Amino acid sequence: MTDVKPSLPPGVRLGRVSFFWRPWLVGVSLLLAAAAFLVFCVSIGVGDFPIGLPQVIRTLLGRGEQVDEFVIMDLRMPRALAGLVVGVALGVSGAITQSIARNPLASPDVLGITTGAGAVAVFLVTVSGGAAAAVADTVGLSAAALAGGLGTGLLVYFLAWRRGIDGFRLILIGISVSAVMEAVTTWLLVTADIRDVAQAQAWLVGSLDDRSWGEVQVALWGTLALLAVVAAVAFQFKPMHFGDEVAAGLGVRYAAVRAVLLLCAVLLAGMAVSAAGPVPFVALVAPQVAMRLARCPTPPMLASGLVGALLLIGSDLVARAVLPVSLPVGVVTAAIGGPFLVYLLVRANLR
Amino acid sequence: MYKSQVNLSKGGPVVAQSVTEAAVGDASRLAARGVTVGYGGRTVIDGLDVAIPPGVVTTIIGPNGCGKSTLLRTLSRLLKPARGTVVLDGEDIGRLRTRDVAKKLGLLPQAPVAPEGLTVADLVARGRHPHQSWLRQWSSDDAEVVERALAMTGVADLADRPVDSLSGGQRQRVWISMTLAQGTDLLLLDEPTTYLDLAHAVDVLDLVDDLHESGCTVVMVLHDLNLAVRYSDHLVVMRDGSILAQGHPHDVVTAELLYEAFGLRAQVIDDPVGDRPLIVPIGRTHVRPDTSR
Repeated sequence: MTDVKPSLPPGVRLGRVSFFWRPWLVGVSLLLAAAAFLVFCVSIGVGDFPIGLPQVIRTLLGRGEQVDEFVIMDLRMPRALAGLVVGVALGVSGAITQSIARNPLASPDVLGITTGAGAVAVFLVTVSGGAAAAVADTVGLSAAALAGGLGTGLLVYFLAWRRGIDGFRLILIGISVSAVMEAVTTWLLVTADIRDVAQAQAWLVGSLDDRSWGEVQVALWGTLALLAVVAAVAFQFKPMHFGDEVAAGLGVRYAAVRAVLLLCAVLLAGMAVSAAGPVPFVALVAPQVAMRLARCPTPPMLASGLVGALLLIGSDLVARAVLPVSLPVGVVTAAIGGPFLVYLLVRANLR
Repeated sequence: MYKSQVNLSKGGPVVAQSVTEAAVGDASRLAARGVTVGYGGRTVIDGLDVAIPPGVVTTIIGPNGCGKSTLLRTLSRLLKPARGTVVLDGEDIGRLRTRDVAKKLGLLPQAPVAPEGLTVADLVARGRHPHQSWLRQWSSDDAEVVERALAMTGVADLADRPVDSLSGGQRQRVWISMTLAQGTDLLLLDEPTTYLDLAHAVDVLDLVDDLHESGCTVVMVLHDLNLAVRYSDHLVVMRDGSILAQGHPHDVVTAELLYEAFGLRAQVIDDPVGDRPLIVPIGRTHVRPDTSR
């Protein structure tokens, strides 16, 4: 028996477009999207003035009552949308960095992006007067943090560059640079005024509180633009899961593809950090969860983003609605994401 | 022929020479012309010329660090020569698009690693990449070629299995299958038998022979001299970044050459099962006293 037809995924053709048909991956992605939308709507409905799920959906479709519309679109939408955007950005960013390094440890948290952003933000909050105040006033805390994350990410990339990028080296240098940035942050916090420290701490945990439409819009459009670039390059990226040389043999200009995607990953993480602070663990855990749910050998981009969104909005919902004290979302993402990843790994061991 | 050249008019020999060059260029689809290659500041290969004969198995041999993998990587465009050019089908390989090179030349690097859990079918299917685009990611042509590649390398029955669950020899067959799915008849294999036991190495080289029978030109780097002699029609013997000798194993493999290239004392005898020479190394110990050294 050499009939191999069943083992090759069937192809689908729509005019000039053709692609693999992988029902499981498509099904999982659709389910994740549906789940994310549901949690998104529930998250909007929950609050001091509860709104039922049907009303939320009706309002989102533009057919709600005026009172609901005010509460939903003006008061609650920025927070929910920020959660969605930040979750997707972190999930996709993690999927890219883990794929490039071919190592599940390589998340934006490890590569110095979030710690760099954190150090810059804490510097601006704690060091009062002079240049720091001027910077904070003119460009805003979020933009400065974005620049800090971007700068640190690029620094790690160039330090790790030695005739190409080796995943292991990238992670080691990322950890080292992150450690330095964390030391700077700690030093700033220890020496700063106690009131500034409280504000800086709140930012460092990662939170969706008090988002304005303006902040969310920047993150939303930035993320959408970056996702478009990622989608365009994703096809050329596929052979790179087998290593640079195999990819080169298959006609991929791997250095260019990798540079573009890594820059996208750094910018996506930077967008997320500037919108919600360094929310921990989402970028690390979302691609790993997506991989196992979708039964893919490599992190699937779309599903990773959806898992990230689900995790972030879900955590925010739990933080606000279930727990007796209202906690920043970052505390909950780590508390939910960590055990879930352990569960997936243990289940794989038991099989 | 020499005589006729002498009798030609003044411009004659030049014409004759260029005709010969053109003939060589036509016959050889892949050639290096005066290439100098190095890593960082260190020059590994200096001004080397080589033409790969078409339709046969060429094996590059030589001691560790002589630059044989470097030469293969240069021929495949993985390394860019500091000087000189690599010519593929009459064109400078450095000026071709990466994709166009991949449509003509298949490359299997040393000891490639697949992501954990990836199935054989998915890995081999990826070999179609140079023929695909963002919009056209999988066509019926692709499916046909991949099925043929799977069948030809004898891994069709393993198509559903994860690559990491296979034995070393099977895994190497799968990677060669992926290279075949590229649809090229020019294959460059960098030490395809690394980490394989002798039985699996012979199995993989039998496959290489099958590919040659089906019309492929194969260039590979091998460590095992006797396997190289048995399975190649053209040997390129390197030392210190230059070519010491090349030709059919019958003509090339001598005790003197082995000593010159490897510093190895050996006897070259008739292979009891094959029609090629057999190298019997002479070490310092375990040698009968009557051995002629």
